[in-house]
Amino acid sequence: MSQTDILTIAGRSLGSRLFLGTAGYPNQQVMLDALEASGSELVTLAIRRISLDGYSESLVDVLARATAGRPGGPVGLLPNTAGCMTAKEAVLTAQLSREALDTPWIKLEVIGDRELLYPDVEELLRATEELVNDGFVVLPYCNDDPVTCRKLADLGAAAVMPLGAFIGSGMGIRNPHAIETICARSPVPVVLDAGIGTASDAALAMELGCSAVLLNTAVSKARDPVRMAAAMRDAVNAGRAAHLAGRMPMRAYAEPSSPQMGLIGS
Amino acid sequence: MSAVSREAIRVNGREEPLSAASVADFLAGRGIAPGALGVAVALNGAVVPRRRWSETPLQPGDSLEIVRPIQGG
Repeated sequence: MSQTDILTIAGRSLGSRLFLGTAGYPNQQVMLDALEASGSELVTLAIRRISLDGYSESLVDVLARATAGRPGGPVGLLPNTAGCMTAKEAVLTAQLSREALDTPWIKLEVIGDRELLYPDVEELLRATEELVNDGFVVLPYCNDDPVTCRKLADLGAAAVMPLGAFIGSGMGIRNPHAIETICARSPVPVVLDAGIGTASDAALAMELGCSAVLLNTAVSKARDPVRMAAAMRDAVNAGRAAHLAGRMPMRAYAEPSSPQMGLIGS
Repeated sequence: MSAVSREAIRVNGREEPLSAASVADFLAGRGIAPGALGVAVALNGAVVPRRRWSETPLQPGDSLEIVRPIQGG
């Protein structure tokens, strides 16, 4: 947003508070156009076994070329450990991603249920501790649970990324009070990750005090992903501005906006 | 020829005959140059840094994981 409201995570300044996933777009050009429209400076990637049948152009090269001309430099990469079910798998995936991409940043995902994609807190804490000790900048995807978020921060997570709803569900923020509480108490930035379905969800996340929003499907599966990416950019900016402005108190009864004196006929 | 079947490694979960002396040799045979960006390798569960690809030998029974970044959320 403005020059005076820059998000900093692990010493890195981010001009945009919207982090964008790169999966599930109709095609690569739509993904790149959506990235441009979103204004995002950080995108997520997955790490997977390479196809040994033929060597195609790397997504990293595509992203680097498409964003080379940006004033702040090419888009930042946030590799994930999606699909990992144990701390051991997640740690190896993170180490491979660091080697492949030359970045210590990792979106740490350790899931405990393949259908629900819900975090396995025990394994997540274990992997966080191990990766922090190994020098990683760990951003764990976690439950919307203030205690878990606090434990992750205490272990050295650079940010915490509580879910708004199930991954890919588009159900929005199911427990806004929990997210607001986490934001109010967290010593590290809170990034709302998972569940965002439309622009108002992203705005709400920011109004509740989140430092940023990470989303993918809400844009990639929109009828017009590029337009939705722009809507998300605006929603994140508006929500952040509203949070900083401080909302009016809610009242149970009406409070006239117009002056009550000088009414005609009185 | 049981000796032949023992001379095998697992590559990304699939068994195949061992036909390269080092990690670098194996990758070169698949068109992956040492300077290839975005590729990482683990041998038996431990990352092999790029600079050690050429000095890391492959032995029968080894398990090799070769990964790259793709689209993700």
